[in-house]
Amino acid sequence: MSAHNDSNPPEPVDLSNPKLSRFEVYKEGLRRDDIEIIHYEPRFKKPGTKAEKRMERIVGGLFLFAGLFATAFVVAYIWWPWEYDGPATWRDLQTWYTPVLGTSLGLALLCFAVGVLTWAKKLLPIEELVQDRHDGGSTADDRKIAEATVDNMVEDIGLKRRPFLVKAALLGAAPLGLAAIAPLGALIKDPGDMLTVTGWNAERHNDGEPIRFMMKDGALVRPDMVSVGGQITVYPAIDHGATNQFPTSPVLLIHLRDADAEVLRGNLYPMYQDVDALWGNFVAYSKICTHVGCPTSLYEQQSQRLLCPCHQSQFNVVDNAAPVFGPATRHLPMLPFTVDEEGFFIAKSDFLVPPGPAFWNRPSLPEEDEK
Amino acid sequence: MKRRKGTSDSLVTKAGGELDDRFKLALPARILFNKVFPDHWSFLLGEIALFSFILLLLSGTFLALFFEPSMVEVTYKGVYVPLQGVEMSQAYASALDLSFEVRGGLFMRQMHHWSTLLFMASILIHMLRIFFTGAFRAPRETNWMIGIVLFWLGFFEGFFGYSLPDDGLSGTGLRIMEGMTESIPFIGPWASAALFGGQFPGTSVISMLYIIHVFVFPLLILALITVHIGLVFAQKHTQWPGPGRTEHNVVGFRMFPNYVMKQIGFMLFIWGVLGAMAGLFQINPIWLFGPYEVSVVSSASQPDFYVMYLDGLIRLFPAWELRFPPYFTLPPVFWPGIVGMGLSVMLPLLYPALERRFAKDRGHHNLLQRPRDNAGRTSLGVMVVVFWIIGVISGGNDVFAEKFDISLNAMTWAGRIGLVVLPIIAYYVTYRICLGLQQHDREVLAHGLETGILMRDPNGRFYEVHQPLAEPDEHGHTELEYNGWVVPKKMNRIGALPPADKGFFKSIEEPSEDGRAERRDEIESGKH
Repeated sequence: MSAHNDSNPPEPVDLSNPKLSRFEVYKEGLRRDDIEIIHYEPRFKKPGTKAEKRMERIVGGLFLFAGLFATAFVVAYIWWPWEYDGPATWRDLQTWYTPVLGTSLGLALLCFAVGVLTWAKKLLPIEELVQDRHDGGSTADDRKIAEATVDNMVEDIGLKRRPFLVKAALLGAAPLGLAAIAPLGALIKDPGDMLTVTGWNAERHNDGEPIRFMMKDGALVRPDMVSVGGQITVYPAIDHGATNQFPTSPVLLIHLRDADAEVLRGNLYPMYQDVDALWGNFVAYSKICTHVGCPTSLYEQQSQRLLCPCHQSQFNVVDNAAPVFGPATRHLPMLPFTVDEEGFFIAKSDFLVPPGPAFWNRPSLPEEDEK
Repeated sequence: MKRRKGTSDSLVTKAGGELDDRFKLALPARILFNKVFPDHWSFLLGEIALFSFILLLLSGTFLALFFEPSMVEVTYKGVYVPLQGVEMSQAYASALDLSFEVRGGLFMRQMHHWSTLLFMASILIHMLRIFFTGAFRAPRETNWMIGIVLFWLGFFEGFFGYSLPDDGLSGTGLRIMEGMTESIPFIGPWASAALFGGQFPGTSVISMLYIIHVFVFPLLILALITVHIGLVFAQKHTQWPGPGRTEHNVVGFRMFPNYVMKQIGFMLFIWGVLGAMAGLFQINPIWLFGPYEVSVVSSASQPDFYVMYLDGLIRLFPAWELRFPPYFTLPPVFWPGIVGMGLSVMLPLLYPALERRFAKDRGHHNLLQRPRDNAGRTSLGVMVVVFWIIGVISGGNDVFAEKFDISLNAMTWAGRIGLVVLPIIAYYVTYRICLGLQQHDREVLAHGLETGILMRDPNGRFYEVHQPLAEPDEHGHTELEYNGWVVPKKMNRIGALPPADKGFFKSIEEPSEDGRAERRDEIESGKH
C-alpha cells in the first residue's frame, strides 16, 4: 500500500470484535484512509502535571482577557464620545475614539488567537502522520469506462451521425452568444469631438460671443490681477466652466517677465505667430498634461518650467511649453487670447490643437510639431 | 465514528446519527477529519490573503450601508469645517460622512483599506513562495493560473475601491486610467467614452465602478478562491523533501483538530493585527485631498503600493510617440500602461507551460524544490522582483527626490538605467549564489562539517578537521546523495555540540542534561 516506509502495512481489524478499544477503531479509520501514524504521544507524558496545569491557566486566561477586551470594544463603541466637532487636541476624548476601538478589538482578537494557537501547539498531542497521495490520473479501468461512457453519450446524441444538426446548432448558438453580450452595447457612446473641442469653443458654448477668462469663483480676469512672474488658473466664463464638465478647459495664465516674454516670442511656433497668441507679456497654456491628463500645476519661476506631479513631465514655458523631460511628447497647447474693450481677457478661439493626452485618432497637424 | 452504537450515547452521538441518516456523512466526515496536511510556515502565506479577504467582505458590507455611489453635485454641509460649503459629488460627501458622522465609520474605512493592502501584499509574497519552490509545476499549473487571475482581480478591485470616494487622489488615478485607455489603438477614445459615459470624468463612472467593486469582482474572487482552495485540497498540498517524504505521500498532521485549530488561531491573529492597525494607523485621509477637480493635484500623488510599479513604469518610459500622420498616434503611455500591464498578466500565466517546455519536464512534482536547486528559475524570479521594486520606487520617485534631496530628473534617469541594468546584474549574482550554495551542500556531503578545530601536521601544514556525515572511505570522502533538503552546516545541527541559541525572546533549543542537543528536527524529520 504505502511506499513510505519499510514496515508492513497495518492489518485490517474486525470491527465487530467487541474487545476493540476506541483507539483501535480509530486507527482502522486511518488505515482505510491510507494514513499511518509515525509519531503520536500526549504533549505531557504524565497528565495533570504542574506544567500542564500552567499551560491550561495561560490559555484560559487568554480567552478571558479576549472577552474583557471585546467587552471594552463594545462599551467604547457605544459610550465613548466620538462625535467630531472641529479640530481636537489629544486631551479631547473624541480624538481617541478610533484608536480605542482598534486597540480593544485588536487585543481581543489577538488574545483569543494566541489562546487558540497555544492550545493547539502546547496541549494537543505531538503527532506526525503520513498519508498516501494517490497522485496522477485515474486507473486504466476507470479511464476506459469513462471513455466508453462519453462515446456512448456522443453516439446517443448523434453528434457524429448528424453533422447538419451540429452545424445548425453552432450557427444558432453564435448569435445567441452575441445576443447575451449585445446589451452591453448600451454603454457605447460616440466620443464625437469630446477630445478636441473644449469649453473655449465660442460657437458651441457662448453663441459665438468671445469667451472671457474667469477664476474658480467666477470672477472675470483683468491683466492687473496677475503680477509679473505670477500665474493663475483660469476657466472659460460659461455655465459650469470651472467644473469637471469641462475637463480639458483649465488654462494656466502666466504673466512673464519682459526678458522671458522676449525669448518666448522668438521661439513661438508659426501657428501661434499667425494668430498672435500672446497678449503683451501674458501667455495662456492648457493646464492638462499632454501625457495622461493630470494638471501640470507646478510652475517653477526660476527655470521657467511647468511640472506635472503625476509622472514628472516638464514643459518649457518660454518655448511654447514644449516637453523637456519626462514621458510627455507634445507641448501644452496655447490658448490665443486678447483683452476686450471692457478690459477683460477673452479667448480668440479654442485651442488650435487638441489639449490633454494624445489618443489614437488624434489629428496630427503638421505645423504643430515643427517650428 | 459518531454513529457507532455502544460506545457512548451522548447528545452529540444522537445528533450525529440523525445527520448521518439524512446526509450520509460518516465516511466523508472521517476522511475530512483525518486528512493529513504538511506543515511549514511558508504554507501559511496564502491564508493571510484568505483571512484578509473575509475581513474585506465584512468591513465592505458595513461601508456599503452608508456610502452613496453617486456623482450628483451637492454642497457639503457636514461637520468637517474646512470643506463646508464646497461643491462636491454625493459620493465624496457620503465618504466624508462615513469618516466623521458614522459611529465607527472611520475605523471601518481604515480596516477596509489596511485589509486590502495586506490582501495584495500576502498574495504577492505567497506567489513568490510558490514560484521559488516550484510549487506551480504539474499537476498544479491550473491553480497557479487561478492565483495569477486572483491577483489581477484584486489589483483592479483595489483600484476601483480607492477610486470610489471621488476625492482628489482617486480622481487623479481615474484620470491616468482614462489617459491609458485613450491610448489604445483603434478603440481608445471609444473605450474611454464607454467607461465614463462620454467625456471624462462624466457623471456615471462611480456608479459603474461601484457595482463592479461590490458585486461583480467580489463574486468572481470568492468563486476563484473557492476553486483555488478546493484544488489544493483535492490535489493535496506539496511538501518539502526530507526523510520519509516522497512524491507519493504527505507527512504532517491531521486536519482536525490540529490544522483547523491553528488556522482559526491564525485567522484571529491576522484580524487582530488588522483591527489594531485600523484603529492606530491612519490610511487614506480623504478629507485632506478635497473633491476631485480636473485642475487640481499636488505632488506626492501615489497610488496604493500594488499599482505603484505600473505608475513607476509610466514615469520612466521615455517620450517615444509613434505618429502616423495625419491620422494616427500611438502615445508613449501605451507601452508601459497597456502593453506592460498585458505582459504582467500574460507572462506569469504562461510561465508554468514555458518552463515545462524549455526544461522538458513532463513529470508530476509533489516535493518542493529549494530555490538554490533551480538556479535558472530562482535567478529569473529575482530578476523580476528587482524590476518590480525599481518600478515601485520610481512610482514614488518624487517623494524620494524630495525626502532625500535628490534631483527628480536624476531619480528618473536612475530608474530608467536601473530598470535595464539591475535585473541583469541580479540574475547573474543570484545565479552565482545559487551555484555556490549548491556546491557547499555537496562539499559538506562529501567531506563533512567544518569543526573549527585546526590541526598541524608534522610538515607544519595547518588544516581543519572535518566531521564526516557517514563512514568515510580511505580518502576521507563520503558518498552521500543530496536529497533536496537542508544539509547540516554546523556541528550543533548533528547534535555534536550544544545548539546555538535560537528563538526570539527565549531559547527554543535548550541543551539536554548530558550536553547533547535534544532537538534535531532537521535531521530527524526534515522539519525546519
